Amino acid sequence: MARTSTVSAKPPRGAGPIAWMRDNLFSSPFNTALTLAALGLLWITVPPFINWAFINAVWSGETRDVCMAPETGACWAYIAARFDQIVYGFYEKAERWRADAVFIIGAIGIFWLATPGLRAKRAIGAFMLIAYPVISYVLLSGGLFGLDVVPSAKWGGLLLTLIVAVTGIVASLPLGILLALGRRSKLPVVRILCIGFIEFVRGVPLITILFMASNLLPLFLPEGLVFDKLLRALVAVALFSAAYMAEVVRGGLQAVPQGQYEAAASLGLGYWRMMGLIILPQALKTVMPSIVNTFIGLFKDTSLVSIIGFSDLLGIIQKGNADPEWSTPVTATTGYLFAAAIFWAFCFSMSRYSAWLERNVAGGKAGAGKT
Amino acid sequence: MTANADPATAPLIELSHVSKWFGNFQALKDVSLTVQTGERIVICGPSGSGKSTLIRCINRLEEHQAGTIRVNGVELTHNLKRIDEVRRDVGMVFQQFNLFPHLTVLENCTLAPIWVRKMPKAAAEKAAMEYLDRVHIADQAKKYPGQLSGGQQQRAAIARSLCMTPKIMLFDEPTSALDPEMIAEVLEVMVDLAEGGMTMICVTHEMAFARKVADCIIFMADGEIVERAPPSAFFENPREERTKKFLSQILEH
Ligand SMILES: Nc1ncnc2c1ncn2[C@@H]1O[C@H](COP(=O)(O)OP(=O)(O)OP(=O)(O)O)[C@@H](O)[C@H]1O
Ligand SMILES: [Mg+2]
Repeated sequence: MARTSTVSAKPPRGAGPIAWMRDNLFSSPFNTALTLAALGLLWITVPPFINWAFINAVWSGETRDVCMAPETGACWAYIAARFDQIVYGFYEKAERWRADAVFIIGAIGIFWLATPGLRAKRAIGAFMLIAYPVISYVLLSGGLFGLDVVPSAKWGGLLLTLIVAVTGIVASLPLGILLALGRRSKLPVVRILCIGFIEFVRGVPLITILFMASNLLPLFLPEGLVFDKLLRALVAVALFSAAYMAEVVRGGLQAVPQGQYEAAASLGLGYWRMMGLIILPQALKTVMPSIVNTFIGLFKDTSLVSIIGFSDLLGIIQKGNADPEWSTPVTATTGYLFAAAIFWAFCFSMSRYSAWLERNVAGGKAGAGKT
Repeated sequence: MTANADPATAPLIELSHVSKWFGNFQALKDVSLTVQTGERIVICGPSGSGKSTLIRCINRLEEHQAGTIRVNGVELTHNLKRIDEVRRDVGMVFQQFNLFPHLTVLENCTLAPIWVRKMPKAAAEKAAMEYLDRVHIADQAKKYPGQLSGGQQQRAAIARSLCMTPKIMLFDEPTSALDPEMIAEVLEVMVDLAEGGMTMICVTHEMAFARKVADCIIFMADGEIVERAPPSAFFENPREERTKKFLSQILEH
């Protein structure tokens, strides 16, 4: 690259989109070939997809007949007809306001916590961690305050997916931190238990753990002690994600220099304060991208609960796809596309949010030492 | 606590026959040392002689395996609570500063007073600002450590220790990681502290500083205290051959 040697306030830069394209897309023969190949690939895939998903799509209609024509694209009429089920599963229609309330409180709470500058984060955070799960549980399952009982077997769709994902995400961080600390503990019993747990869980696919929780556990536990199937699945997901989180956090702990531990100890801070105030804030900050990555993986893994018989977002769509009432050549494809779009929307938001957080959260960037 | 002797005359720090091993390697060999309140001690010696190990045993960043260490009347044992008590009263300044990079300078200074001494935040901040002023970096209080020069960071680290109002300050080569032009500003702060009557143990090779403030200089080699003497005797009239050799090496530069 040719650079003028004159001193200028701004780095030299071509003007306008044409210059940008020349510098970035067509700077060398190889680069030009890559650009053309990429354009070709997009040309082959994108227009047919848009045709199928939007232009030739059927947007409304009461029955499957609207989507039976041979050249039909996506059958959004099917999604529209099943939308309530996709969101709530088989939750009773008259009681759906309860699920809505849970959604709305959750959305407001998360928005509040995620937006820098809003006040009372500590109080809201405590509310979301302690009161919100209880409120949600009472609202959703009922049986108190004159609310009708809705058994968890009826919860489904996006509601269930979010319940599983949020429980897993929220439980995995503190559990993972404890496991990571335990793994580095000086007490052999604690250390061995933590290592054993982490290595066992990491060596087994989530689906096996879910099967164990749903089928195997009831065989071992005494009759009457068998608790709700959904609860078992939630515990399984939380423990599974905690083991992964533990390894992520451990990576962060290892990145904190020994001098930080020594400085904290020499001030008389004691183990928990040293960890909570000095070590973990630094460790978690360094591994923030991996933490979010684990969250995203977990969010997608929740779809495995459909295999043990839950009608989560994916499960309910699969059930709908198989329903003869809406059986058309495009039903299944449309259903999966919709499920993918919803999963993508959630995961992409998480990833964007974490990227934004990394760029904008204040804090000392350079290390304390200069050596 | 063990009230063994009259607190007015009992030494603040008392090491007797302390030994320490790293695996099979003996880093401290039967070291005995007493430090009275207000005494200022400089430790020097070749690299690997056990200087850091010795002062790190005093606040139990390292554990000794034989002998006894008493600090402020408390014997250092496996009792973690007592160790934390001792550490509150023993400030330590490290070669690499070890400021907390995720906290501002002011927060670095107020963290321990608030969480360990249970001081109200406002009082802790007021006290911290006074100490930061004393080390001439009050204007940097709101910055993060990474935004400060090395000399400023080390002075912030000294202020952080002082905020706990320690009875003893330990310095482990506080100026060795600094560029020459910043050494003076840190030494100046340390001289000021010494003149204020602080009990200090400094591992340093700044011999001009040692001559100026030390009550006594300790020369260590191979995990042993080879010589202990007041500065004048130590520099003009060293008894041991190893001390002479070390001094000739270090004073050459
Ligand atoms: N954690 C450790 N594990 C094993 N050996 C150690 C450890 N820390 C120190 N040592 C050894 O103990 C000896 C004394 O080390 P120490 O750090 O006390 O020396 P020092 O006098 O402070 O040297 P320097 O001037 O280089 O700082 C050295 O030989 C060192 O290699
Ligand atoms: Mg050393």
